[in-house]
Amino acid sequence: MPKTATRQKTETKPTKAATNGNNKPAPKDAPENQTDEPDVYDVKEAQAEFNKRRKSQIASIKKLDKEFLGEMLYQMILGRLFERKCAEVYRMGKIGGFCHLYIGQEAIAVGSMMALKEGDYAITSYRDHVQAMIAGITPEAVLAELYGKATGNVGGKGGSMHMFSKEKGFFGGHGIVGGQIGVGTGMAYAQKYKGTDNVTLCFFGEAAVNQGIFHESLNMAQLWKLPCIYICENNQYGMGTSQKRAMSISNIAKKAEGYAMAGEFVDGMDVMAVREATLRAIERARKDGSPTLLEVRAYRYMGHSMSDPGKYRTTEEIKKYQERDPIILFQDSLKEAKVFTDKDFEDFVAKATEQVDAAVKFADESPFPDESELFTDVFA
Amino acid sequence: MAEMTIRDALNQALREELLRDENVFIMGEEVAEYDGAYKVTRGLWTEFGDKRVVDTPITELGFAAVGVGAAMAGLRPVVEFMTWNFSILAADQIINHAAKMFYMSGGQFNVPIVFRGPNGSAYQVSSQHSQAFEAFYANFPGLKVVMPSTAADAKGLLKSAIRDNNPVMFLEQETMYGLKGEVPEDADFTIPLGLADVKREGTDCTIVARSFTVPQALKAAEIMQAEFDVSVEVVDPRTIKPLDIETIVASVKKTNRLVIAEESHAFASVGAEISHQVMENAFDYLDAPIRRISTVEAPMPYARNLEVAALPSVEKIVAAVKEVCYL
Ligand SMILES: Cc1ncc(C[n+]2csc(CCOP(=O)(O)OP(=O)(O)O)c2C)c(N)n1
Ligand SMILES: [Mg+2]
Repeated sequence: MPKTATRQKTETKPTKAATNGNNKPAPKDAPENQTDEPDVYDVKEAQAEFNKRRKSQIASIKKLDKEFLGEMLYQMILGRLFERKCAEVYRMGKIGGFCHLYIGQEAIAVGSMMALKEGDYAITSYRDHVQAMIAGITPEAVLAELYGKATGNVGGKGGSMHMFSKEKGFFGGHGIVGGQIGVGTGMAYAQKYKGTDNVTLCFFGEAAVNQGIFHESLNMAQLWKLPCIYICENNQYGMGTSQKRAMSISNIAKKAEGYAMAGEFVDGMDVMAVREATLRAIERARKDGSPTLLEVRAYRYMGHSMSDPGKYRTTEEIKKYQERDPIILFQDSLKEAKVFTDKDFEDFVAKATEQVDAAVKFADESPFPDESELFTDVFA
Repeated sequence: MAEMTIRDALNQALREELLRDENVFIMGEEVAEYDGAYKVTRGLWTEFGDKRVVDTPITELGFAAVGVGAAMAGLRPVVEFMTWNFSILAADQIINHAAKMFYMSGGQFNVPIVFRGPNGSAYQVSSQHSQAFEAFYANFPGLKVVMPSTAADAKGLLKSAIRDNNPVMFLEQETMYGLKGEVPEDADFTIPLGLADVKREGTDCTIVARSFTVPQALKAAEIMQAEFDVSVEVVDPRTIKPLDIETIVASVKKTNRLVIAEESHAFASVGAEISHQVMENAFDYLDAPIRRISTVEAPMPYARNLEVAALPSVEKIVAAVKEVCYL
């Protein structure tokens, strides 16, 4: 397992920096809060932290139901294989438009959404296939949607970026960066208004934090004590722009302090860490509506979307992060806790492969929507 | 003359204006190191560096505002929206600030800024990414709105837009970036804002088309000529505001029939405005009611067959021309 292989601390430089004489060096007088931060980008350090947590983590794994743990792992594997299949069929021209894949971030959706209970809500960005499936939308319905078929999750009207299920409390995939942060806040507002103890998980990328709506939303959520759990999926890139090139500080969790909100930094390659941080946030939210900001650090293995050639980063960089693959890390822990064996993992993969293949068959065989659908659902 | 794509023509215009005036700078998401999401700014960061070509965070309202302020203080920003769909996040700066600044300040502060990027549909990018904004922005006094449909127009109009002393909304079309055309090579080639262009001369029917629908209208004109012996004139206003209504009216007075083809929705559209102005100026010349082809009255669906059905097409334009010709 790739845990202790020798790794180098490589700087991630913009690929073209060398050819540009006008590139300014990083400011020496960086604000204090930046200099004394741990280098959270460092894979080695993240793994060292992970190893420190290891014992207690094995203990918490042992406290969980085997079936539940199996479902967590299965959802991660299914998400991975589903997205790989999307890449494959996208290249065959079966999917149109934008298609953003979730590979590398599976632990975030699984760790957080599988901590929810009946009546809780979730909302996310355009990178929404895996969240949609964990919410309970079938792989068949997601893939048929990607194919623009009548049997798709929203009848072919939305495509990759817009999966929805009112029944499952999944308030959608949204295409405008940051838009869902405000909408998620409103969902939590309704939960509180109605007197429930339910919560909303509101997912967004680190680049969305630079939108005004993030700041406006967090302020209102804390001011009004709205049970919204803001999950910033920090995959370190917004399209071709690394976080460093777009944000004046690197620690997003710290931004919670500006709103007197609880904030926590979480290792997004560690599904159990995501689960536990989410449970802490949920407890606060169910108690008195207190919101939380979680910064969950992961890495986007694929390009931003299927049409991104990804020239702004090196394969070494990608490989470096893949050494801490969330699925492999979880499997290691499950093995160490003696919950599952390699044979079980193979069975999960076989089952997920079957499910993905069935989805492909379903999507392929489904009809395109009838043209009359053009004018349905414009008004309620 | 040199043959090039609309993308390259825009790129040349930007490059020449960056060279010509050091107060010109480009700002937007992925415009620098990534060479632009649609590669319109390709190579410019490498050539001009960080000061002149600036990558922004994803913060449309913020960087549009920086553009407006910088323009008031004497710079000439060219602000790229990755697509115009995201401009609505910045609409406050464009409409409440840029559009009114010169008027509100009693003529003291003009805002020489260009906002540019792709507008309209782009092959199955669904409801939030397929909108056409020309009518929205054209409704506000103080904003100029430009929509090129050829490589030469793209270049000549963008250069004029950058040199203009007012806020100019420059609306491109993603699916047209690869269209090729002849472009004059003279570094001082410009096309004045507010001048329509007759893209094809004809005598029996006028089609007013812009951006996305211009190639469609030209194709429809060919079909009408070949199959029905109807001579169609295609007028491209190129600038939506100010609108060159004279050229349109002159054409209608000659052909007595008008079809308007546009990518936006029909309700309160630029086509509606043109139709009204033609009614005011050439009512007695019309031999048939004016017909409009627009995107259907629904958000853009994802499925390819639905998207095709939603958008204007050659077939729909041909049908409209036949209708006004009573064929
Ligand atoms: C308002 C707005 N601006 C720009 C875009 C284009 N765009 C789509 S995704 C994206 C990057 C977002 O990055 P991040 O928030 O980190 O999420 P990730 O894609 O990494 O999941 C950009 C610039 C958009 N969809 N909406
Ligand atoms: Mg990101």
